[in-house]
Amino acid sequence: MSAEKRAPLTRAPAHPSVQAPARATQAPSPLGANPELEHLSKLYRQMLLIRRVEEESARGYAEGKIGGFLHLYIGQEAVGVGAIASLRPDDYVITTYRDHGIALAKGMSPRALLAELFGKVTGCSRGLGGSMHMFDKEHHMLGGYGIVGGHIPIAAGVAFASKYRGDGRVTLCFFGEGAVSIGGFHEGMGLAALWKLPIVFICENNEYAMGTPISRSMSVEDVSLKALGYGMDRDRFFADDVLEVERRIGEAVQRAREQGTPTLVEVRTYRFRGHSMSDPAKYRTQAELEEHKNRDPLARARRRLVESGLGEPGDPRLDDLEKSVEAEVADAVKFAHESPEPGLDVLEQSTYSGPFAY
Amino acid sequence: MIEEMDRDDRVFLMGEEVGHYQGAYKVSEGMLEKFGPKRVIDTPIAEAGFAGVGIGAAIVGLRPIIEFMTWNFSAVAFDQILNNAAKMRQMSGGQLECPIVFRGPNASARQVGSQHSHAMEHIYAHVPGLKVVAPAFPADAKGLLKAAVRDDNPVLVMESETLYGFKGDVPEGEHVVALGKAQIVRAGKDITIAAYARTTHVALEAAATLERAGVSAEVVDLRSLRPLDDNTLVASVERTHRLVVVHEGWPYGGVGAEIADRVQRLAFDALDGPILRVTTLDVPMPYSAKLELACMPQPDRVVATVLRALGREQS
Repeated sequence: MSAEKRAPLTRAPAHPSVQAPARATQAPSPLGANPELEHLSKLYRQMLLIRRVEEESARGYAEGKIGGFLHLYIGQEAVGVGAIASLRPDDYVITTYRDHGIALAKGMSPRALLAELFGKVTGCSRGLGGSMHMFDKEHHMLGGYGIVGGHIPIAAGVAFASKYRGDGRVTLCFFGEGAVSIGGFHEGMGLAALWKLPIVFICENNEYAMGTPISRSMSVEDVSLKALGYGMDRDRFFADDVLEVERRIGEAVQRAREQGTPTLVEVRTYRFRGHSMSDPAKYRTQAELEEHKNRDPLARARRRLVESGLGEPGDPRLDDLEKSVEAEVADAVKFAHESPEPGLDVLEQSTYSGPFAY
Repeated sequence: MIEEMDRDDRVFLMGEEVGHYQGAYKVSEGMLEKFGPKRVIDTPIAEAGFAGVGIGAAIVGLRPIIEFMTWNFSAVAFDQILNNAAKMRQMSGGQLECPIVFRGPNASARQVGSQHSHAMEHIYAHVPGLKVVAPAFPADAKGLLKAAVRDDNPVLVMESETLYGFKGDVPEGEHVVALGKAQIVRAGKDITIAAYARTTHVALEAAATLERAGVSAEVVDLRSLRPLDDNTLVASVERTHRLVVVHEGWPYGGVGAEIADRVQRLAFDALDGPILRVTTLDVPMPYSAKLELACMPQPDRVVATVLRALGREQS
């Protein structure tokens, strides 16, 4: 615990340039007089930011700037943004490897995220983690994890610590429906229910575990039924409306915070891209994809803003908001391109706290 | 554990049977009464679950002690230890520490068969990000555990079921044994025998027999397997010029192979003969008492191996 034992890596503050210039990160406030619309515009901006960062990620992958696995969040933005909107800033979030959108929604800067994807030392995990390991301790984003279901007991442990300390924090644990069949899900759920931990388990059911539809992998179609065996509260809904996601997850968060009990929430969503960049998604029809794209929660939120008066001819507010997102993403891409790669010196420092144990 | 829990309220004990039952081997006897159910936590039989809970608690600032009823059962929590505890610091770019202790009895335990007799230290010592210790004496069991609890990394403490009844002096109060320091438990000049945990006692017994045969064997108790104190080993071999390594667990890979690699690299000119190993035989552990004893490293096999290393093979 003593500071002098720590390797220089942890003593060093986060790279000072990870945070973009303040003007780019500040969401404009186009609707100051209408708190509800202002809130929706803020969530819309987050969703748009995620969509655009993911599109740039896909481009970076195609250009060979990003290696390894890349699992995009496009289509699912309303889940992460809506759920995290219901939290306090000091609440914890932990998720699986489809983690870019969740990390951005929890407050990670696009600079830190894209630099990580580009394998740069300015990335959130100094280029050591990559796409699947988005960690941001400052924002209580406790990572993306690459082993399906393996992070679910960890999430229960984070919530255990909150209960142990009585800090009043809630943990959100995201995972896909593909994780529901593995042991980690059941052990994490069982312990959270047994010990009454302040946690919300959010199953992002995007219908396909890689390319296998849920009908071929589970004996029940309703994932939320899994809560029954643990005596846990449950909920189930579609993620068409980001505000509805916020409200419904918010109920579970409130239950966790006030009563200290866990909830399993199945949020039904859809990814517009393949499982990862190497997946052309031939296991589903174009018609099915189009049907879901017509329900795009991002477009829905935008329509609502337009219908509320933004974006009328001569009204620059929506346009300004979208331009600010473009500027922020362009800044982050440039930052990621220009940042240096990590040196070999980070390897041993990052493996152990203190001297390397050989 | 009691002293460390008194010292630091972030430390808690979690595992199967640790509370209400007072510990499967009575290691935690009385702790539930002293600390209450908040800090001495019985779990269901769910090693992957409670190992993961410990890791989650550790990354947000608590300092868990997770007990495996035996290390054999850590196999179902292997993913948590390998992929999460060991990697947390690296994959978070140094943002998150994982100060956690996993402990429990390891290796052979008298006729419990192949699934309950694993020497798991070889597997875990392979993994960067973990530390692994294996005490042979009660004082070191205390001192190494204290050091493990205070370390900011995941530390795996390999106790020995067959040593739980072993009696020895234990210093009162603040007695911390630094991780990564071997000790010479018997001085000698003809050959070095490196061992740890139960096999340290096997080596000492063999050394006593060898003395009667005119061989002066030095016994090095490693105590810590990762980090491994190769300085003490090399210094000993530079005096004795020969080395035999004794451990439970199979010969393929493992701690003995690692020591053989290091010593031949670091003390090649000092060696007068090949480094030999005495390990559990390369088969799953049998139930039969006779066969089990034959599989495990025994003093007579150590004696024979030492004589072979000295070129004085028994006829």
